Amino acid sequence: MTRALWTHLSKDLRIEWRSLDAMISMLFFSGLVVVLFSIAFDPRGEFSQQISGGVLCVATMFASVSALNQAWAREIRHQVMDAQRMVPAPGAELFLAKAIANFLFVTIVQVILAPFFFVFYNLHIAGNAWLLALVLPLGTWALVGNGVFFAALSMSSRNRELLLSLILFPIFIPALLAMVQSTTAIFTGDSDPMLWIKMLVGYDIIFTTASLLLFDTIFHAE
Amino acid sequence: MTAKASGTEPTEHYARVNICARLQQVSKLFGSFAALRQVTVDLEPGRCYVLLGENGAGKSTLLRILAGLLRPSYGKVRVFGDSGPQQERARIGYMSHAPMLYDELTAQENLRYFASLYPGRNCLAPADALRQVGLDPELKRPFGQYSQGMRQRTSLARVLVPSPELLLLDEPFSNMDVESARQMVELLARFRQSDRTIVLTTHQRDLAAPIADWVLTLRAGCVASFEPGRPTL
Repeated sequence: MTRALWTHLSKDLRIEWRSLDAMISMLFFSGLVVVLFSIAFDPRGEFSQQISGGVLCVATMFASVSALNQAWAREIRHQVMDAQRMVPAPGAELFLAKAIANFLFVTIVQVILAPFFFVFYNLHIAGNAWLLALVLPLGTWALVGNGVFFAALSMSSRNRELLLSLILFPIFIPALLAMVQSTTAIFTGDSDPMLWIKMLVGYDIIFTTASLLLFDTIFHAE
Repeated sequence: MTAKASGTEPTEHYARVNICARLQQVSKLFGSFAALRQVTVDLEPGRCYVLLGENGAGKSTLLRILAGLLRPSYGKVRVFGDSGPQQERARIGYMSHAPMLYDELTAQENLRYFASLYPGRNCLAPADALRQVGLDPELKRPFGQYSQGMRQRTSLARVLVPSPELLLLDEPFSNMDVESARQMVELLARFRQSDRTIVLTTHQRDLAAPIADWVLTLRAGCVASFEPGRPTL
């Protein structure tokens, strides 16, 4: 890890630790989605195994977007982004640090949410439970990496919050599909989730590489 | 319009004088609105240039172009020889109307953060930079709770930390009481004596007069006048 990356990351973690803005909004939002879905559908028996993967992914997605909308808010306020543009450190490190920070925030929310999720949906994992430790981080990174990139892209727009959802959701569909299918396969134990997991890995590599290569261009755009 | 620091022909002038920054026929369009129109200015090292002009005259745009934050629509900008400002941004300090600092961090944390993003640069210690602008470095309050004047001082300290050779200040005296503004002028005078260039915009001409080597007045994006000042510091 380079020094600039660590500097950006520790700054983001320190600021979030003091304000807890992103964490609190994500926790409330994802908690609400889990409770609402458990009311809307009968969370008992096999059916809950079938839908719980999708619910978990959608809860993560909506919760993340509430945080991603604010990912660059502190840089927009007081024109801090201009100060960032003036420093000689590469913009890609700023992007990577922001993505890692948001990834950690979402992961913490998932860890807090997990016990409630299992209780509400009466879940019994039929497949390899340890694979969840692979699927969830991969899916979360796909969402957060793209989200931070597109949040930066829509930063100068007046309707940036709407724009982020409009750009992010369609691009995230392949990763969402892979995430939902693999978690459902793990919960039900009916099929092998490895193909979907490989797809998630490929998606992450492609989009993270593209974001790292393109970030400097949007970072220094007027 | 053309403005140079002396009355000699450009070629002779460039050969004789070391130029810190040069704008050649620079225009900047925002849609159909021309914020700057064919501005030509040479900035020499160790001088302080005061930009005057009404709101919308193009002062801030000129500074942002020099900082490399905006690209000119037409014309050329060169700093420290033949480089573009984007390539030399470590050597340029830019202070905007906004403080460009994080509300949640203390002044010292903000400065330490930005200082660590200038690898290989001989940065001022954040505590020293804060002392120079008259702030207590031990202040534990987050920056968001500072008064406007304190924010302005912290913002100047941020710009001073990487010891820039070209200092661009957009209305540095706004929100400051007269005494604080005078202290800032004295600080800038010391900074200029170390052969560094200052370009500042202001509406308070009298405050900047003691350090103004040149006074450049912009009107509707054009250089209306470029006159020597009468610096006393």
